[in-house]
This record gives sequence, structure tokens and C-alpha cells, in this order.
Amino acid sequence: MSTPAATVPDLLDYDEVLERFDPVLGLEVHVELNTLTKMFCGCPTEFGAPPNSQVCPICLGMPGSLPVVNGKAVESAIRIGLALGCDIAEWCRFARKNYFYPDMPKNFQISQYDEPIAISGEVELEVEGQTFKIGIERAHMEEDTGKSTHVGVTGRIHGAEYSIVDYNRAGIPLIEIVTKPIEGTGALAPQVARAYVAHLRDLMRALDVSDVRMEQGSLRCDANVSLRPLGETAYGLRTETKNVNSLRSVERAVRYEMCRQGALLAAGGKVMQETRHWHEDTGITTPGRSKEQAEDYRYFPEPDLVPVAPSRKWVEELGTTLPEPPAQHRKRLFEAWGFTEMEFRDVIGAGALLLVEATVAAGATPAAARKWWLGELARRAKETEVELDALSITPAQVAEIQALVDAGKINDKLAREVFDGVLAGEGSPEEVVAARGLAVVSDDSALGAAVDRAIEANPDVAEKIRGGKVAAAGALIGAVMKEMRGQADAGRVRELILERLGAE
Amino acid sequence: MTDLTKLTAAETARLIRDGEVSAVDVAQAHFDRIAKVDDRIHAFLHLDTEGALGAARRVDEKRAAGEELGPLAGVPLALKDVLAMKDVPTTCGSKILEGWRPPYDATVVQRLRDADLVILGKTNMDEFAMGSSTENSAYGPTRNPWDTDRIPGGSGGGSAASVAAYQAPLAIGTDTGGSIRQPAAVTGTVGVKPTYGGVSRYGLVAFSSSLDQVGPCARTVLDAALLHSVIAGHDPFDSTSIDQPVPPVVEAARAADVRGLRVGVVKELGGEGFQPGVEQRFNEAVALLTELGAEVVEVSCPHFVYGLPAYYLIAPSECSSNLARFDAMRYGLRVGDDGIRSAEEVMSLTREAGFGAEVKRRIMIGAYALSSGYYEAYYGQAQKVRTLITRDFARAFEQVDVLVSPTTPTTAFRIGERVDDPLAMYKADLCTIPSNLAGNASASFPCGLSPDDGLPVGLHVMAPVMADDRLYRVGAALEAASVQRWGHPLLEEAPEL
Ligand SMILES: [Zn+2]
Repeated sequence: MSTPAATVPDLLDYDEVLERFDPVLGLEVHVELNTLTKMFCGCPTEFGAPPNSQVCPICLGMPGSLPVVNGKAVESAIRIGLALGCDIAEWCRFARKNYFYPDMPKNFQISQYDEPIAISGEVELEVEGQTFKIGIERAHMEEDTGKSTHVGVTGRIHGAEYSIVDYNRAGIPLIEIVTKPIEGTGALAPQVARAYVAHLRDLMRALDVSDVRMEQGSLRCDANVSLRPLGETAYGLRTETKNVNSLRSVERAVRYEMCRQGALLAAGGKVMQETRHWHEDTGITTPGRSKEQAEDYRYFPEPDLVPVAPSRKWVEELGTTLPEPPAQHRKRLFEAWGFTEMEFRDVIGAGALLLVEATVAAGATPAAARKWWLGELARRAKETEVELDALSITPAQVAEIQALVDAGKINDKLAREVFDGVLAGEGSPEEVVAARGLAVVSDDSALGAAVDRAIEANPDVAEKIRGGKVAAAGALIGAVMKEMRGQADAGRVRELILERLGAE
Repeated sequence: MTDLTKLTAAETARLIRDGEVSAVDVAQAHFDRIAKVDDRIHAFLHLDTEGALGAARRVDEKRAAGEELGPLAGVPLALKDVLAMKDVPTTCGSKILEGWRPPYDATVVQRLRDADLVILGKTNMDEFAMGSSTENSAYGPTRNPWDTDRIPGGSGGGSAASVAAYQAPLAIGTDTGGSIRQPAAVTGTVGVKPTYGGVSRYGLVAFSSSLDQVGPCARTVLDAALLHSVIAGHDPFDSTSIDQPVPPVVEAARAADVRGLRVGVVKELGGEGFQPGVEQRFNEAVALLTELGAEVVEVSCPHFVYGLPAYYLIAPSECSSNLARFDAMRYGLRVGDDGIRSAEEVMSLTREAGFGAEVKRRIMIGAYALSSGYYEAYYGQAQKVRTLITRDFARAFEQVDVLVSPTTPTTAFRIGERVDDPLAMYKADLCTIPSNLAGNASASFPCGLSPDDGLPVGLHVMAPVMADDRLYRVGAALEAASVQRWGHPLLEEAPEL
């Protein structure tokens, strides 16, 4: 196999792409289920265990071992299917997808082929005020593979000095959700792709079927992108960009492929039908397997498993366990929180809806929850290039920090330091406050002495306040806060000043 | 003193229970017999002397402690090398698994241990159970105790030969297209393929998952039934295992009664290509059943003749996938790992060196039959034939209780005779394959020696799904009447080794 050339291809300006071409997307999302055990054996699924510590003869594909379907995974698959508006098959089978790869213990993956558990659904998204209907082709069950690490210069299998494989992930239940071709998104294609994946993430979380941590690989997206000249109805040749593992990357990868394919087509060239690899660091895609090199997976029904035939009664019962549909959920929160439309859209756009909801549930006001997640925490997420929900702080901790502010134990300035501490893993907000000595001085005698000194040092101001000009108190408050190095509750300082000067 | 190796399993167990012999002595007698004859038979690939004597000792201790012993406690058994046995080499007759010691027990092995059977060792077989002569073993052929120039059948030639050569009273075989029944027929022993799903496949290294079934090999029908009832029953680790009570096989073997049983002779399984001596003994067995009170009629199963080609698409297709895991990455043979070659190259070199010609042939046929564009024409069509054969059985079982045919068209052929003619080799399974495709129960019972060559002939009995007990009714009745007629069990006519 020849090594891909290291040259970076030409890109067409995004606006020019849109002037000439119409993008068509297809998204394949893999969701790792959060079942306690694997798809076909009893091994635990916990993330981050020592390599090859969660394996057995079955998930290692030892000769003679046989799979047994995890009923809980089927249940999750049905609930996902129902939440996506799909029909649930009355009868479906597993199939073997045959190909050789060192991280596949059996050199076939147990998946579903032409008989998936869920078909024909639809989800509705709102992007920049426009509504998009995304057709769902199918959702099917399969098992995850092991994880290879290629040690050597390139980090890829070709050119690696050696490779090591961790089979802990082998056999973890996956649901693959495949869209129908997504058309009519135009300039918003990258955002629609991102919004779709974000929507699935929120949905899976609401269903409580997956941890959906993209950075841990429990939600992975393959993005198919093709362009066709404006006005054309036939699809262009597509590329499939594999393993795009953050929301931001989904958007970037789609946009990149549009510009790359646009440049090729505009120059009279052709798009190669191939898989491509997304490079998070450089923001480009590079070629993988071409259509000619594509494997023939030799699918056939898995003879070691019996068909799955969920009874209608069970499916109906599972239907009653679904969370509120996302649109209805948003409507309810919008009405409850009292945000302006703009404020509310910003919350959704930042992917903070569920975080704000959880923070409010933990006791914070909607305004305070919004303030922290869209302000301080969004800034930090951006700095460290992670998703908001990947920050190592929980909604409950955010609510706790706000409660400390409300109780006058810290102020907003100190709260930022508490965020630093919590994000740095120093413990709970209370612990960070204690360890870093961040509590505002609420000892009235110390504060009172500072207030007295400020009044003494500013007799003119004090006189104005005595005369009823309460607004002048600001200057004295500033002086006190300065003396206390910010570790005081400004509200309490104000109270003390007014009390001492006999003003209301 | 009694020759402990000549006893039946039932007698051996009784003597051990009664304290007349120790299980250790019984095991040792069999190891001595193996040491005496196995250089000529080559039934065993591996002996687990230590494990077996340990198990035997535990049986003796249990008895000494007054504990109740099961119906086969202390009885030695030979295990086909296709079943995983913890820490004991399991090769499937292939070089590619040389040195592999499974980290777990097959469910069948677990049940044998729980029932206190003494597993002597692992028996020879065609590589990955692909073959009808045991000549495809990477470790050399097994020889037929009736004539050591002839094949003992296959793939389970080692298991059948070990029983016929008194190296073990019982053996475990597996049957994908006839691998228990055809060796039983050509060695003059009893071999039963239970209903698909009747015995757990967990730990059976798969050749063709939808066809493979584990079953008993023995010298008597009752012994086979006793072993059958030990290994059968639902297993949650095998999704295809049937969650129903085990058919009353032991009771059926004890009853040995075919009065009123409706027996159908399959019209299509006979005639051209069948050795006259085989047909003669078969017809005599059918006549004997009539004498014993069975009602015999002729039945047509028109699609059985398509069984062979359908089988040779389905089995290779499944095997091409099942055998993909042998890639040098996790266990077994590894060839060419010089730190320079890629994983892909090491996989390919290992598979090239580790698999024999027949295995490669079937992997290639299977990979081709499943490939895109050919799937419907090959695998799809074969599955349709399978449905038609299943319907033939269903229709036949509306008229009769069991079906019968010769087990094999010919007696044991000579070693080397068919190695260059795969089609001739495949025809050995003509009569046995339909039951694998339909998943019903069937068995082979000795019905005499062919007058043209003096070699054993088997009567093939087929019963509906989960009606395995009917096989034993027929087998036991035939056995009792035949032994009476011959004056002794058939095997006593085999030459001394
Ligand atoms: Zn496992």
C-alpha cells in the first residue's frame, strides 16, 4: 500500500462552495451503552480499567466460546429506537461482519445487517431559527472492538514499530444510528451535523442509556459528505470521515470536507469514494481506504444466536419509559426559566441546556446557572478545547458555589477562584474554600473596624450619606473591600456603613 | 480376573459403586490398554494421566466416605479434541492450535466432571472436524481396529476407534455432517447425534455452528443413553440450546421395545452407489425390526439428495467465519513474527502454515459463497434447500415415528483411497447430512458385518427434534435381538489387537 502523500490539498472558499454546490450529509453515530456488562458476556464495562483486565473467553473470542445476548442492551436499543421515532422490528437477527483486524478477537464483528432492530425514524432540530427534519434510516445493535495502540513514528498501523491491543472494550454494546441522506441544509450543513450529534447526545443522556462522553469514545461519529452542483438531484460521490470525536470536530470536519471536495470539483476533478481520517490537531482529513480497497464483509446471519423477537407488549411498556421529547422539554424549560428567546437560544447553542437544568435542579436560580455555564465555564471550556460537559465540574457543584455566594460566604470574584480549585481537582467547593482560605470576612468586628476606618478617612462622603445620599456609599464600600483584599461580602459592608451612619 | 477394559460403562460403574473395583484400577487398566494398542490405532492425541487418575481417586474417596455415586461415576471416557478442557491441550487436529491450553472447560466437560467421569485424554480427528476418515488430522491418521489399513471414519475417528479398541468404554464425539454416526458405523459401535440444541455447544470449537452437535459414542446402546443423559440439557451459555427436559433416553434404552413403532425406510437413501453387502445387512435389520413388532413402510424424502451440495455450501461458509479467529494474535501457532513483518503478514503466514489442505479448501469455498454478489446464489439457495429438507422430515414424521437408512453407503475404505478425491470422500456423509441440516436427532447402531468384506455396517435411525428417546428404543431392541442372533456383541468378532 502506498503511503498517502503529505501534501495538504487545496480548499475552496466556503462561500464559493455554497455558490456552486449543494452539500448532502449522512451521519453514522455509534453510542456505547452504559449496561453494567458487555453485549455477549458477563464482563464489566467500566471505562479506564487496567488493559485486558475486563475480559473472558467469550469477549476474547476463545475457540469454543459462544455469545449470549445481553437483554438490557436490547432494552436500551428498543428505547433508543422509540425515542428516535423508529418502528421496532417484530423479529430481527444478528449478523456476522467478517474482516480481519488484530483488535477484533474473532475477526468478525457481531452486528446487524439487513434486519436491524429499529427502522425509519425522524428527529427534528432547530439551527439558527430554522427547523430541520433528519430522517433516521436505522438503529442497530453490535459489539465494540478492542482498542489498538500503534507504537512508533506515525501512530498508525502502517509504520508502527509494534502494536498493543486492549480488549477491555471488545464486546461493549454499541448502537449504531444511521441517518437517511440529509439534504437542504446549505450553508448550515456543518452546524446541522453538529446539532444532530448534540441532539443524539442529549437524547441518550435523557434516556440514561449511555455516558455519551465523546472524549472517551462512548459517542463516535462518522460523517459522510458529498457535494452536487446546485440544481442537480443525483448525489455526488461521497467520503466518509471516520471517528470524529467532538461536537466541534463534527462541524469542522464537515466544513473541511465541503471545502476540499469543492476545490476538487471546481477544478474539474473528481471526488474519490473513500474513507478519510480526521485530524483533530491540524483540522484536516487524510485518505483511508478507497472504494476499490473496501472490504467485502461477507455478512451472514449469526448462527450462534437466536433471533430477537421483542413482544409488542414489552415494546409498549418501554414506550412509557421514554423521557419527554426534546422539543417539549425545551418548551417547558423556556417557560419555567423566564429567559428571553435570545438568552434561551444561547443556552442551547452552548450545549448547556441539560447542564443548566441540572444546576437549577440542584438549587441555583436559572439566571445564576446560566451565568456560570455560559460565562466563566464556557470560557474555560474554550481555553482547554473541551466540551462544556467534559469539564470536571458537576452541575451540583456549580449550584453549591452559587449557594456560597448567596450565603455571603464568598463573592463572585472568589467564586472564580473556587471554580479554579474544583476544576483542578482540589475537591468540593467547600473544601476549596477552606483549603485556599477564600471565605469572605464575615466577622463583623474585623469588618466593623475596617468600616470605621473608612468612615474616618472619608468624612465628606460619610456626611453625604448621613444626609440621605445613600448612593455615595459606593465609595466607602470600595475602600473597605480594598482593605479586605476582596474577601468581604459587599452587601454586608454596605449594611454596616448605613447602620453606622444612621441611613436607610 | 476380569478384563476391566471389556466391561460396559454401566457394568463398570456398578462394580465401582459396589466397591468391587476401584476407579483408579479401572483408569489404570485403560491406560495400560492404550499403551498396548494405541501405537497401532493412534486414537489419542493427548493423555491426561494425572488428571484422570486424580478424578478416579476422588471417586474412590467419595465411595469410601459413603457418598452416593452417579450412574457413570468412575467410568473412563475419551474426549474428542475439539472440546475445550481447562489446562489440557486442545488442538482440533490442527497445527494452528498446537500448544493451546484452554483457560476454561466446555459445558460438556464440566458436566462430565460433575458426574465423576474420568477423562482419559483427547482423541484424534480430522482437522477442525472436516473430513470423513480422520486422515485430515495434522497429527497423522487414526486406524480402524477392524483392519488397521482402513479408516475409522471421521471426523471423530479417534473417539470411535478408542471405544472399538477397548481403550475407553465411552467417548464424546461431535457431529456436523455425520462425524459421530459414520465412524460408529464403520467401527461397529454406537454413535448418537442428539437433537441440535439438545447438548450445549459451549466450548465446542465451532466448525459449522448451525450444524455442530455433541453426542455420545459407546459400545452398547444403554451406555450411550447413560452418557447422553449426563451431557444433555439446557445451558444458558449456549443461546441455541433448547430449554426443555431431556428426552427419557435411558428409560427408552432399558425398555428396548419397538412394538407398534412406525418405521419409515427412506426410499432415496439406497440403491446406486450403495455397497450390496451394506444394503443386505440394512434390509436384514429392517426385517428384524418388523419381527420385533415395528410397522415398516417406505417413505419418500425427495429433497434429501440435495443435502450434500447444500451442506457443502453452508458448512464451509460458517467455517470460513468461525476459523477466522486463528490469526496468531492471541493463542496457538505464530509464524514469521520477526519484529519486521506486519501483523497482516504474520496472520497470513501462520494461516498458510497452520491449516491443512482440506481446511483451506473449505475456507475458500465458504468465503466465496458468502461474498457479495454470490451470497443469494450459494448460501441463500443452500438455506432454501435446508428448509425443503426440514419439510421432508416433517411430512415423513406425520406418517412414521422414525426413519431408517444405512448410515454409510460403504464400509470402511482404505487409508489413502479417497484423499485425492474430495467428492468421493464427501459422499460418505450422504445419509447422515439431512439430520444435521434439519437439526433432528439421529444415530447409528451396529447391524452386522458386510458379507462382501467382513466389515461393520451401521443402521441409521432418524427421529424428530427432541424425540431422541425413539433412537434408543430402536437401537436397544435391535441390539438385544442381534446379540441373541449372533451369540455375542458384534465387536467380539473384531481381530485381537
Ligand atoms: Zn467477556
